[in-house]
Amino acid sequence: MFGKLTWDAIPLNEPIPLITVGVLIVGVLGILTLITVKGWWPYLWREWITSTDHKRIGVMYVILALVMLLRGFADAIMMRAQLALAAGHATGFLPPEHYNQIFSAHGTIMIFFVGMTFVVGLMNFVLPLQLGVRDVAFPVLNSVSFWLTAAGVLLVNVSLGIGEFAKTGWLAYPPLSELAYSPGVGVDYYLWSLQISGLGTLLSGINLTTTILKLRAPGMGYGRMPVFCWTALASNLLIVAAFPILTATFAMLLLDRYVGFHFFTNDGGGNPMMYINLIWSWGHPEVYILILPAFGVFSEVIATFSGKPLFGYRSMVIATMAICVLSFMVWLHHFFTMGAGANVNAFFGIATMIIAVPTGVKIFNWLFTLYGGSVRFTAPLHWAIGFIVTFVIGGMTGVLMAIPPADFVLHNSLFLIAHFHNVIIGGVIFGAMAGYTYWFPKAFGFRLHEGLGKAVFWCWFIGFYLAFMPLYVLGLMGATRRMQHYADPTWQPLMQLALGGAVIILIGILLTIVQLVVSIRTRERRRDLTGDPWNGRTLEWSISSPPPAWNFALLPNVAGPDAFWKAKSRTVVPGSEPGLVPLAVPKNTPLGFFVAFFMVILGFSLIWHIWWLAVVGLLGAIAVCLRHTFRTELEDYVPVTMIAEHERAHRAHVIRA
Amino acid sequence: MTNISQRYGLPSAFAAGTLLAGCSSGVLNPQGPVGADEKIILFDATTIMLAVVIPVIIGTLAFAWWFRTGNRRARRLPDWEYSGRIEFVTWSIPAMIVIFLGGIAWIGSHDLDPHKALASSVQPVEIEVISLDWKWVFIYPQEQLATVNQLVIPVNTPIHFKLTSGSVMNSFFVPQLGSQIYTMAGMTTQLNLLASRAGTYTGLSAQFSGDGFSDMRFDVRAVSEEEYKAWVASTHVGTEPLDVVRYTHLAAPSRDDAPAAFGHVSVGLFESIVRSHGAPLISSSPPSASTNGRPL
Repeated sequence: MFGKLTWDAIPLNEPIPLITVGVLIVGVLGILTLITVKGWWPYLWREWITSTDHKRIGVMYVILALVMLLRGFADAIMMRAQLALAAGHATGFLPPEHYNQIFSAHGTIMIFFVGMTFVVGLMNFVLPLQLGVRDVAFPVLNSVSFWLTAAGVLLVNVSLGIGEFAKTGWLAYPPLSELAYSPGVGVDYYLWSLQISGLGTLLSGINLTTTILKLRAPGMGYGRMPVFCWTALASNLLIVAAFPILTATFAMLLLDRYVGFHFFTNDGGGNPMMYINLIWSWGHPEVYILILPAFGVFSEVIATFSGKPLFGYRSMVIATMAICVLSFMVWLHHFFTMGAGANVNAFFGIATMIIAVPTGVKIFNWLFTLYGGSVRFTAPLHWAIGFIVTFVIGGMTGVLMAIPPADFVLHNSLFLIAHFHNVIIGGVIFGAMAGYTYWFPKAFGFRLHEGLGKAVFWCWFIGFYLAFMPLYVLGLMGATRRMQHYADPTWQPLMQLALGGAVIILIGILLTIVQLVVSIRTRERRRDLTGDPWNGRTLEWSISSPPPAWNFALLPNVAGPDAFWKAKSRTVVPGSEPGLVPLAVPKNTPLGFFVAFFMVILGFSLIWHIWWLAVVGLLGAIAVCLRHTFRTELEDYVPVTMIAEHERAHRAHVIRA
Repeated sequence: MTNISQRYGLPSAFAAGTLLAGCSSGVLNPQGPVGADEKIILFDATTIMLAVVIPVIIGTLAFAWWFRTGNRRARRLPDWEYSGRIEFVTWSIPAMIVIFLGGIAWIGSHDLDPHKALASSVQPVEIEVISLDWKWVFIYPQEQLATVNQLVIPVNTPIHFKLTSGSVMNSFFVPQLGSQIYTMAGMTTQLNLLASRAGTYTGLSAQFSGDGFSDMRFDVRAVSEEEYKAWVASTHVGTEPLDVVRYTHLAAPSRDDAPAAFGHVSVGLFESIVRSHGAPLISSSPPSASTNGRPL
């Protein structure tokens, strides 16, 4: 009846997961009770859960990413604490069976559910506003994408309390991840949650690519798009091209595990090297999917707070697209040590270095954007400057490891760990936080607390260096990744220093929460009524904050790059807008929520081999989609009076300011 | 937790760390030509890149600070967004660095190719390496002996490793000798190393392989030619042989195995392990009489 699921799946005799799950359940129940008592359900259901508004969906993505950051970071600090203790004969407080799950979950969560989710959220929120359009190309699909991501998140977290998570590392290399060596449900949790959320990411990629290619304000040619839109285009093209590889690779591993295929097994003619090639054919573009939108955020932030147009717009665009293409040609550098010949290794090493050229150009262009500017040291600019300083170091160690013989001694060491945290924290996380602070007033109509924002930055910045510079040194000392304990006691002081860095980052994360709470409580003082709190350059700042459901009453006519900046420098003639027409906004739909609901059931029952329930989940998901196709009313019309009223109010605020 | 960061100040820890990296068991203290060449590449490439990275960091901080809003002496260029000359330079600098490093990568990949035999007048010692859950087996086909979790090699003699796995993937790595290489079931990889100084070096697996992974450490003892011969002779005497049955016992998962030695090895054991693709050499269930018949 319940497949492999028995009471043994609940970790009743393991205190750490049990307590974590307990706290989690109490927390979730607390929030649900609060919502029920306060009677917020109808509001949440109507305005958020069923929303098809790209801005609401973007905000939900970002909230999900921030929540998962807490989970991923909890894993991180447990790993750091374990390694600070487990020197010499000490074995620390986490046995390998548990420790291995923690580092696997940390990587999986941070990449898929923090990095991806944050970046997709920002793109969702910002793209239509910057492009000067009213929504993404497929608003209902957008909601489905978000909820599929949430379904993946839920499954990963269920593994905490029911069963186990993968003990294989975040990429689940076979043969270790095959049934012969990982008979438990951990790898299945990993595979199904990523299959489901990966489907959401792919749909989101298709949606946003279509939006950029087909929906732009009149006059906004490709050469006039803000650079963030360009980086988002590159990122979404990579999603569309790379995520099917991931889905296919996981599908093959699932066939191996569930029905005895031999794609990647040791025996039966399988070849694990094939998986490693395939997973990195997705995995390397993946890191550019994450970093390119971050580059876009920095381009916007640096230009805005320097009060200057971005230096070398065309170079930036060429560099972005060059990275987009090159990122597919370097995957082998993740396994120079698998025994390929010298020519192959050298080719992929040099191809990897070539990516440093467009990336270097970007750095120089940001530098020259600052030059001659009038630089305002706001919190977003702090992240941007911190990014340049940190990222060039991470880039340097990356190029170092692109030299095959150097990689022969650095591969899989803590030096590698330090390198990719250097670029992912210094690049993606700094970019996400910069974007979060920069666009927050657009989303909610008030600014975040500036002082606390800077404090968050300094905690991350100092914490990062303290946590990861020791790892570079440890890597050179011969420390390898994924160790649960080590023999050499001279490593311990550096491990303890790294833990200290993680604690400082923890303070930064806590301060993010404090900043949010303080800012909400004092929001009346932080209110921005103009819609343009930073003296921005792009179209999202030309409308009210938060923007109305229809974004733009009239689609703007774009005459060049930095459209809003140029419009501001002309004298605006106030008056009644001619030609307002009733606007269609997509109706809310619970489709995404219900699809995700059934997909969670499908995923969970497949993990536990509860076949009848899997049929229920699959049929349920198909049924709600079919049901949706019979809808006749797809859009609501906003009357002209309402639009005109909103426009008048916004213009009045702008003139008063 | 806070007293940890108080107790070890940042600069002193870095200084200590760099020092330790220099004199302990790390890759910055190589004991053979492969590791020494790789260390030179690490230093050269880092120096070349620092020549750009440091000015960029200083430039970023300097530009941002000088052009801060409050600085009256800064000359503002609010519309400056293009300069063909500067763009030419910004593309050229990284391109030149990459051409330079690309040369290092091409030459280095070929010179330090793990397959490539090391130039030496001494006849190489052959060693066959098998990674198991979670231990290392080393077979010396020339000497007809084998060890577990310990490697004894003659100094100044090229060692030619042939590597495979009897289980999942691992990576064979002795940081102070240089290059690492993966071990994979059903496949043979090759690696050539040489220890130019006598001593004991730590070896490990650099590729995560499961619960016992952290204990896949072994000592590499590089000894003089005479000591090596004496060790071979003493190992031949009084130790049990490594045959298919004994190997099958070894292949069962176990953690933190003590070093062991076998005075004799079945001929062709390594090859049959490669051919077995990670499956047990003897199946634990009694072999069925009719292997031709396909049970349905």
